[in-house]
Amino acid sequence: MMTVATTMAADDSRRAAQSHFRTLRLGTPFQPRLDALAKTGDWYNWAGYRAPHSLWGEELEYFAIRSQCALFDISPMTKYRIEGSDAEAFCNKVTLRDVTKLKPGRVHYTAWCDDEGFVLDDGTLFRLSATRFRLCSQERHLPWLLDSAIGFDVAVEEETESIAGLALQGPTAFACLRAAGFAGVEKLKVFDLAEFPHENGTVTISRTGFTGDLGYELFIGRDLALSLWDRLMEAGELHGIRAIGYTALNRARLEAGLIVANADFVTAEHAIRSNRTRMPDEIGLGFMIDPAKAHFNGRRAILEARARKKLRHVLVGLEIDGNVPAEHAIVYHRKNREVGLVSAAMWSPMAKRNIAIASLDLPYGDSVTDDLWVEIYAMCELKYERLMKRAKVVPRPFIKLDRRTASPPADF
Amino acid sequence: MKTWDAIVIGGGHNGLVNACYLQRAGLDVLVVEKNDWVGGAATSRELTPGFLYSNCSYVCSLFRPEIMRDLELPRFGLQVIAYEGGAVLTRDGDYLGNYRDHDAHRREFARFSKRDAEVYDRYARDVTRQCRFIQPLLMRTAPDPASWKPRDLGELLYLGKKFADLTPEEMALTLRFWTMSISDFLDEYFETDVIKANFSISGIIGTALGPMSPGTAYVLLHHYMGEVDGSVGAWGYARGGMGAVTKALAASFQASGGTIRTGAEVEKVLVKRGKAKGVVLAGGDEIFGKLVVSNADVKRTFLKLVEEKELPDTFLRRVRNFKIRGSSGKVNIALDSMPEFPALPKDSPCLRGDLHFTDSVERMERAYDDWKAGRWSADPFLDVMIPTTLDPTMAAPGKHFMSCFVQYAPPKVEGRDWTDADRDAFAETVVSQIADYSPGFRDRIVHMEVRTPREIEAEVGLTEGNIFQGELTFDQLLFNRPVPGYAQYRSPLSGLYMCGSSTHPGGGVMGAPGRNAAAEILRDLARPDHHMSAAHDVI
Amino acid sequence: MTSFDRAKWDVVVIGGGHNGLVCAALLAKSGRRVLVLEADAEVGGSARTEEFFPGFRASTAHLLNRLHSEVVRALDLKRHGLELSRRPPTPNPSPQGGGGLGGAATTSLMEAARPESLSPLRGGVRSGGISGSTFAPSVALSKNGNPLTLHGAYGEALAGATPAEQSAWKDLRAQLLRYAAILKPFLSRRPPQLGGGSFGDMAALGQAALAVKRLGREDMRDFLRVLLMNVYDLLDEQLTDDRLKGLLAFDAVLGSHLGPRSPTSLLGLYYRLTGESGGAPGAQIVPKGGLGAVVAAIRTAAEHAGVAIRTGAPVAKIVVEKGRAVGVALANGEEIRAGTVVSAINPATTFLALVGAPLLDTGFVRKVKAIRMKGDVAKLNLALDGVPGFAGVEAADLRGRLVIAPSADHVESAFNPAKYGEFSPEPVMEIVLPSLTDPSLAPTGSCVLSANVQYAPYALKEGWETGKPKLLAAVMAQLEAHAPDIGKLVRHAELLTPADIEARYRMPGGHWHHGELQADQMLFSRPVSGWSGYDTPVEGLFLAGAGSHPGGGISGAPGLNAARRILAERRKA
Repeated sequence: MMTVATTMAADDSRRAAQSHFRTLRLGTPFQPRLDALAKTGDWYNWAGYRAPHSLWGEELEYFAIRSQCALFDISPMTKYRIEGSDAEAFCNKVTLRDVTKLKPGRVHYTAWCDDEGFVLDDGTLFRLSATRFRLCSQERHLPWLLDSAIGFDVAVEEETESIAGLALQGPTAFACLRAAGFAGVEKLKVFDLAEFPHENGTVTISRTGFTGDLGYELFIGRDLALSLWDRLMEAGELHGIRAIGYTALNRARLEAGLIVANADFVTAEHAIRSNRTRMPDEIGLGFMIDPAKAHFNGRRAILEARARKKLRHVLVGLEIDGNVPAEHAIVYHRKNREVGLVSAAMWSPMAKRNIAIASLDLPYGDSVTDDLWVEIYAMCELKYERLMKRAKVVPRPFIKLDRRTASPPADF
Repeated sequence: MKTWDAIVIGGGHNGLVNACYLQRAGLDVLVVEKNDWVGGAATSRELTPGFLYSNCSYVCSLFRPEIMRDLELPRFGLQVIAYEGGAVLTRDGDYLGNYRDHDAHRREFARFSKRDAEVYDRYARDVTRQCRFIQPLLMRTAPDPASWKPRDLGELLYLGKKFADLTPEEMALTLRFWTMSISDFLDEYFETDVIKANFSISGIIGTALGPMSPGTAYVLLHHYMGEVDGSVGAWGYARGGMGAVTKALAASFQASGGTIRTGAEVEKVLVKRGKAKGVVLAGGDEIFGKLVVSNADVKRTFLKLVEEKELPDTFLRRVRNFKIRGSSGKVNIALDSMPEFPALPKDSPCLRGDLHFTDSVERMERAYDDWKAGRWSADPFLDVMIPTTLDPTMAAPGKHFMSCFVQYAPPKVEGRDWTDADRDAFAETVVSQIADYSPGFRDRIVHMEVRTPREIEAEVGLTEGNIFQGELTFDQLLFNRPVPGYAQYRSPLSGLYMCGSSTHPGGGVMGAPGRNAAAEILRDLARPDHHMSAAHDVI
Repeated sequence: MTSFDRAKWDVVVIGGGHNGLVCAALLAKSGRRVLVLEADAEVGGSARTEEFFPGFRASTAHLLNRLHSEVVRALDLKRHGLELSRRPPTPNPSPQGGGGLGGAATTSLMEAARPESLSPLRGGVRSGGISGSTFAPSVALSKNGNPLTLHGAYGEALAGATPAEQSAWKDLRAQLLRYAAILKPFLSRRPPQLGGGSFGDMAALGQAALAVKRLGREDMRDFLRVLLMNVYDLLDEQLTDDRLKGLLAFDAVLGSHLGPRSPTSLLGLYYRLTGESGGAPGAQIVPKGGLGAVVAAIRTAAEHAGVAIRTGAPVAKIVVEKGRAVGVALANGEEIRAGTVVSAINPATTFLALVGAPLLDTGFVRKVKAIRMKGDVAKLNLALDGVPGFAGVEAADLRGRLVIAPSADHVESAFNPAKYGEFSPEPVMEIVLPSLTDPSLAPTGSCVLSANVQYAPYALKEGWETGKPKLLAAVMAQLEAHAPDIGKLVRHAELLTPADIEARYRMPGGHWHHGELQADQMLFSRPVSGWSGYDTPVEGLFLAGAGSHPGGGISGAPGLNAARRILAERRKA
């Protein structure tokens, strides 16, 4: 007969973690500051964290990005620490772009695929040193990364909870950092990163962001998170710094033409319906593919799909007549043939145009770009106003701001 | 003397579903039930004052929502409450919880393995893909691959096309699901034993297989295909116990004009010139019907209720070869207070769900080894629930009903019949396992009902006490269920049909066999079936 | 290395096991310049015959029951010295039962095997087979001296059973052979590709469907019912004799991690019955010179076709450039270039050790790592001072296969501990005394006993260091229970656990099939789904070993199919 063996006590940390069920949505390391500023109290679930849709007014928060600078908590983003003598080779196998060309102190936007060449996620790869990387993404990938590490001398560790992240975006972002005393930050060109002292630790600052604007991202150990926040808010006061929520950021990213996993495309490991998966070429990430580089996951399938013309979709930017946002509208050719779907849409305050990102079935959006229409159902006081509007395929980004790349950055 | 349009033998849930559909199609239907109550293995009985038990089946998920809607069961009192979670208590004094909230679920698994916590998403995706593939088959009659009839060919083509529509990876996955053991299958995803034990449960419940037996991955799907109000894979309690399901069915049946006769055990099916003409009751009463539908299992129906000479040899051989070995027992316990489980926090939602104490696949498999040797498991697998944590109708406030499903229990003990002493010893393995995790448990017990396969067969009439009316292995699924050539609810005797869980798609309180049988009967009668909803879309 | 080398070899084959040799020979016959690299000093893998004690030789594989007829034909093995052992006249010669080949012969043999005509046949039905060679009987041993014997090709005649059981066996045997015959054509072709739907695949599936339909309605239904069934229940439905059921149950699970009660275990019996010797399905032969002689014939055929063989040349790495295999690097650093690389060794070794996970997609690596290949069979070689007597077994039958598996339940109980990394105190086994057929294997008057012992789990919980003596003791106890004096005859005992087999033959897990031969690892799922057609994600690299369809055993079929695939690929290109 079985008896409860009291000698085999579960280890204490495992037991201590039992109580998680009492807090279904975690706070981030910045939660006390967010809570204090959250006038709207409008929260959503971002990867298990309580994150703000808005803090004090989503429209005004958007203008904070474009006119002054905005502070956005990116701590819930999934973060992996990748370290070891084979770290470069490992990253080069997992991700699409050539990591051997990514120098220490640089960041690039990349994506990674399963064996069938379907996109598992996109994200940013930070090269912190010759042998150390940080990979940031929307979804979780620990099993995939661990299994990909077989045969490499590399350690992969998730560090989402222990590393806090902030995005500081907008025209006065640099002025804020300078005022906060981060000496030398003006040297950072777009996609550069460097470490700076903060209190008794360091903060990694990169000139990156998700807004198409001048901006930076800051990563720091969670213990120093609040003091970093305070340092920025204090220094930025005269530069109009404001904390913002996701809705404003989402608008900025759409103007910048950037895509979001599981909003503009379905990630391969989450697709219940297998025909929802997408290859890089089908979501505008074909530029990342480098057939000349060493083996990368999905290479065979991606090149075969190109060679055999098996690609079925294309992701495009649309400019739509009128000013009614076309979110989730169906795209038609000649007003009758259904050829795709709008995944994100808005009236762009910066471009003064009605913009959208859409996924179209080839050849539409590629060789056939004329006579495209979107059918907008606008719910107005419990009635759908149905509009059929002409759509034009346009290049992304929808807005291009010189200040994003200006070096040295403008200081005002 | 009255001739009924249809006589349904057995008032289990499938018999009642079948009767409801036939009655609603305008037939004059009689249900004859040997017990003094209806319900079969879906009953709630008060065996000790103040406590209602779900005596046999104890949770609801598989029951098809199309049937609930067609037969207006909510109007007749059926309500299903999804439960909140569950846990496997481990020998080291910890537990692995299951939570409805996705993030809580992940964090809980991460206590044991960060990798497993994340692998869960891929696992869930793969299982969901398979359920979506198989679910539409539940409410369809399986084709006969040996037939050239247009309908069978069409149905085969449908199956073929469904399969051809899958991607090669999905096809490979489908084949894995049909042939692998749940243990091997889980090894491809998870690394932590208690997590594998946790998911193995659905692969073995009701089967005469262990988690290491090939075929159990499919059984897991069988248990995942249900839903509670659109929440696919969720399980719940029927408010008022599982008897509430059959009570609602009986009320729906009677409201549409049907007749139920309880305390009427059928001894024989009346057969004249190869055609079923009615039934003979134990007392000798003859009841005539234009057709007879048997809710009893295929062995009981054809080896006990029908004369051997009426049936073709090949059919009889196959019926005799039908595997229906019982593997489970049930212990229902009335408690005068909520048991304590020191491992679980008092406010844990896992208490309002299913509790288990076998924390490794090996322990579950060893429990099965006992069964193979003809013994009940010394260290059994238990599926324990306390429905009264969510259902106030089954016991007074503060009092509780605990349902313990026990595996494995053989139909015969080392080749001989169960004795009362065996039964008590069997119950003791259950109580002592729970007491190991719940101090003072014995003192809370007010009353206990113990069901070994012997009791299940004697009362419910399930041959060998098999709760699925026949094992769920590939040789007894789809067009092979219950036997090849007769997988379309008909029998070699004209006018005699089957509607129990012995038929496709099998066991569990699902109602699909009863409904599908009604569809076939109405087709034979050339009666319209527009009161019967098509299977809900899987989009 | 140099352009000269590149020009020298079209194909380099890794592994000189029988499949590697078969594949090499066929490629060479079609004009390729082929080099076979064998790590050991001798080719043949586990089929090679080796001295395990001075004067005593044995091969780890000890019976021939599935060498594919197309391999025999394509390599013209008979011309190259394949001599299938004939039994010398027995002391009590009996009339030849039937003769000739094919279905007609089987029918007449079945006639001869009728109970009333059985008694004169005791001692063995003489089958037709290849030029009158003799099939080894299978004897189900019993402790009380009352064995049961399957004579001819897998029990054309059954001795030692009641008439009722004989008639039941006749029906069951015919049924099993009918059903196995439907699956048999798949052995010698590339598995149909899932979702591929090529014309050849559709035709093969169509033919199989037609063959099923041709069974007739009721037989077809039974076929579909029992396809994935467990062997235990099927035997229970049709037979009553525990010895017979034990033997069949043993045969169904031998070499796999399944018990007779495990669903799908019947496939193991089908697999056996898809094999044939001398044209008779299910027939087995104890070859002269051991299995090593078979390998020698294949080697001769290969060399005759122009294959170069280098032994003592372990491959350390498959050289891959831009996703294409361009050659191999030996352990000593030497690099050999070839346009095509064929790996006839274990798939996991091929991909994880020789190619390396970094060059492979992660999903594929996952699949390869998930191949179940933990062996369950230990090999016992005994050097005996004389021929042991087995209770009740006639001298002639000692030349056959002796099986200790007293009942299907016993086999199942023996399986139970294997699930938990333990072995049964009463293991089941098959025994061959090869020196009776080929006296050269042992000094005069001595005897070799070769036994496959099931279930000896590769990953023994307590470890093989302490476990091995215990297993040997258990095996010897079982042997002595059936051959009481055998203990005194033992001069030397060699027990190879799966761990030993792994080390000796470079077979991961010590698994004969290079991967469990279970339903989910067969056909399109062998070695992994998506890559079951002998080609691999690495262009120019092909698989040709038992880890590929149709699986292990001395069949040559994987090597045959792989060669055909490579030739077809080249034609396309």
